[in-house]
Amino acid sequence: MSELLLEIADDELILGWRDSEWTGIAPFLEEDVAFSSIAQNEVGHARALYELAARDLGTTADALAFDREPSEYRCSELVELRLPEWERTIARHVLYEQADAERLERLKASDDPEVAGLAAKIDREEIYHRLHAEMWHERLKDEPRYVEALEALRPLVGRRNGHSPELTTLWEEMTSVRRSQPAGTTW
Amino acid sequence: MTEAEVWKALAEIPDPEIPVISVVDLGVVRDVRVESERVHVEFTPTFLGCPALEVMRDAMSARIAQLGAEPEVEVVLDDSWSTDRITPEGREKLRAAGFAPPTPRGEGTTLVQLQSNGFRCPYCGSRDTALENIFGPTPCRSLRYCRDCKQPFEQFKTI
Repeated sequence: MSELLLEIADDELILGWRDSEWTGIAPFLEEDVAFSSIAQNEVGHARALYELAARDLGTTADALAFDREPSEYRCSELVELRLPEWERTIARHVLYEQADAERLERLKASDDPEVAGLAAKIDREEIYHRLHAEMWHERLKDEPRYVEALEALRPLVGRRNGHSPELTTLWEEMTSVRRSQPAGTTW
Repeated sequence: MTEAEVWKALAEIPDPEIPVISVVDLGVVRDVRVESERVHVEFTPTFLGCPALEVMRDAMSARIAQLGAEPEVEVVLDDSWSTDRITPEGREKLRAAGFAPPTPRGEGTTLVQLQSNGFRCPYCGSRDTALENIFGPTPCRSLRYCRDCKQPFEQFKTI
């Protein structure tokens, strides 16, 4: 179970970082706000999932989030890519939210009440991500560049047998402050 | 020390983001148990990424310590908190401060529902309001606009 929790937590953490890259530079202010909020939620979900996994694995959420090597992350290639094109970001958002909804449904049925409870809580927040994705899908669904982006990214949804080099670049940014301090520093 | 005294003390702690309501009004205190010198509080977070959670947890611990007891705040990460847990007093305080309180959880939220005009303006009471943005200044709020009194306002998301 901790492997599955890590897979989801890694997806949410990395996607949260990628989504936060739109803060300040989205096509319009509403989307700065939306992607910043979504990023904040995803990182919050990652933390709760890491905390649950950390208990089984005898470590801490921070160590799981930031002290592993890029090759040890279990996230899918879909979330790793830096996508500075709006239509590709929206395509990823739509594909990810669909896959995440199906995964959360399975997790909500878990025999472990802590896992099922956390999945149900996360799912309540994800509803708003799905509505946001649905709204953009409706707007862009006949736009050739968007349709192309959907088709190009679709095969990456569940691909976890390797990582894009872009994950290493992100990992360096994500962990630079933590790596600049001696191990055991209290934050 | 009694449980009622602890509840009363916790009811004085404001929500860090929206100080017009207390953590008790917000419904995040699920249970209080007094076990001799120790006070055990079950705390259910609102949104998981909300930065106010640590502030609330620490404020509750500090308030209990002030009462002369040893605080033990347990964070419960399940689905037991919902916006339905905001008390009637809390909802009225929100509305009076210009935040539209959340609608009941009901059957679940859809885009059609959010884009409908079933949401009431906290300023003039009109239901002729439009969705401006699903997301707002914090993850728990959306932005709407009242077509009657021409006032934009923040609508609490239902979760």
